[in-house]
Amino acid sequence: MRANWRRPRTGGLLTLALAIALLPWFLPNAFFFDVAINVGLAAIVCVGLNLLIGYAGQISLGHAGFFGLGAYCSAILTQRYGWPPTLALLSGMLLVGVLAFAVARPILRLRGHYLAMATLGLGIIIAIVLNQETALTGGPDGMPVGRFAVFGLAIDGDWMWYWLVGGALLVTVWLALNLIESPIGRALRAVHGAEIAAATAGVDTTRYKVLVFVLSAVLASFAGSLFAHYTGFLTPDEATFFRSIEFVTMVVLGGMASVFGSVVGAAILTALPQFLTVFQDYEQVVFGLVLMLVMIFLPRGLVPSLLGYAARSG
Amino acid sequence: MAEFLQFLFSGITVGAIYALVALGFSIIYNASHVINFAQGEFVMIGGMATVFVAAAGVPLPLAALAAIALAVAVGLAIERFGVRPARDASVVTLIIITIGASIFLRGMAGVLFDKNFHSLPAFSGERPLRIAGATLLPQSLWVLGTTLLVALLLWLFFGRTLTGKAIMASAHNRLAAQLVGIDTRHVLLLSFGLAGALGAIGGILIAPLAPTHFQVGVMLGLKGFAAAILGGLGSGPGAILGGLSIGIAEAMSAGYLSSAYKDAVAFVIILLVLFLRPSGLLGRAAIDRV
Repeated sequence: MRANWRRPRTGGLLTLALAIALLPWFLPNAFFFDVAINVGLAAIVCVGLNLLIGYAGQISLGHAGFFGLGAYCSAILTQRYGWPPTLALLSGMLLVGVLAFAVARPILRLRGHYLAMATLGLGIIIAIVLNQETALTGGPDGMPVGRFAVFGLAIDGDWMWYWLVGGALLVTVWLALNLIESPIGRALRAVHGAEIAAATAGVDTTRYKVLVFVLSAVLASFAGSLFAHYTGFLTPDEATFFRSIEFVTMVVLGGMASVFGSVVGAAILTALPQFLTVFQDYEQVVFGLVLMLVMIFLPRGLVPSLLGYAARSG
Repeated sequence: MAEFLQFLFSGITVGAIYALVALGFSIIYNASHVINFAQGEFVMIGGMATVFVAAAGVPLPLAALAAIALAVAVGLAIERFGVRPARDASVVTLIIITIGASIFLRGMAGVLFDKNFHSLPAFSGERPLRIAGATLLPQSLWVLGTTLLVALLLWLFFGRTLTGKAIMASAHNRLAAQLVGIDTRHVLLLSFGLAGALGAIGGILIAPLAPTHFQVGVMLGLKGFAAAILGGLGSGPGAILGGLSIGIAEAMSAGYLSSAYKDAVAFVIILLVLFLRPSGLLGRAAIDRV
């Protein structure tokens, strides 16, 4: 088959790879590297979450719980039990995967606001456990996390972290795009469009919803583990309801059912607070206002709205 | 027994506040199928505004009325400038708009009021009543009495008045309500104002018992949402039942098990209930029209 460069799986992926490869040469200092790395980590979570929200049409207000659980798995297993970081990261993904799988069936039976409530509740329970199990997690004071290492190679410094996170993001986006264009992706879109019709046509709707839920949770856990090692210090704040909302907002801001939109949304919402600090006390006021305005005037999200605009005028 | 009674009293008191928040959720949900995540901020506004207006020398009852008026105005503004322009947006978009509103309000409260804890004096003294070995603060009676009165008034409003019936009609079927001449936009505005008043009343009632703070609305809002879902979204009696159940369960588990996980109780209950009965205690099962 002839490669079609306008298709996201080829052209889009190449553009992203190019952007990731070129960006660090223009970053003036460590502060910008830090923002870029945090954008990458948030984008990994959002690409996964967008599969669930944008493609399967299921909302989750608790993904920071999975992010936090992965982060603390890495932190606890490496710090308190001396496990190698990669093994700890994989164990975190396994644990979160099993947890997500266990709750997925009863949770995904729910619709709309009931689903929002259940995922929100799950996330808050995780956050409270992380806050209260002081012996393991250090409680609200947080705990330090050691360096990340892949097969003995310690990841250290801005550049190494940048390439690790950038590479991980690229692989995540590639996986997501492949999933969307596979029969699973078609089935998901059918579930989103009309679940009963899809079920009538023989699509095992529950199976696909569970699959995407577990996948998005595991990706969040993966990003959480990397985040824990990258920042070197972890507090339960990373698992709060507010963080979950941030992830959902990134997805919706960038554009639902747009993989690249999630990357853009993650970039904007991660960078925004850094630059809003000039507003000092008014930071939250401005943040809330921006959130409302974008949702009111660009309800489809930035990337789909802009692409639509480009398609009409070009 | 005295211990049990003690926990029951504190559970019912807190539960009544959750019930007021849950009623606000349900009223807005009925009128618009929107979940207003800024509901908890009304509670915060009620408490904080009363504290600050009273501190300016205004007598407490007048300060409380001013705070309620402020919360109503905020509720109307959220509907008019946040929800109405995005009427046809998806559920997720509307959820984020109201969350944006709540972050905005919290930020404003942090700037306009302050970031300290405040509390109000009890409405009629601090001397506790003794009932079968347990103590009951007069303020708890205020909380319960006012909640009951509010519930009664709401019941009369929705069952007996034309405006109330119009709201119920638009909740059941928007298009049909429009066809018989009900201005459904008006209904939406009204329900946001009403929810604002309910939240603020809750915030004022609880301020003498639990200190208020510019971020107090987050947990109260989420637990009120849990209470509304527990009772079945959109059901008035359900909201009250849900609020009281969560309040009592919280107090019991804090008393007999551990206070560390008190805040988790509401969410554990809600998960269990949703797993077993996906549309809440008093809610009807959702039926899909194909």
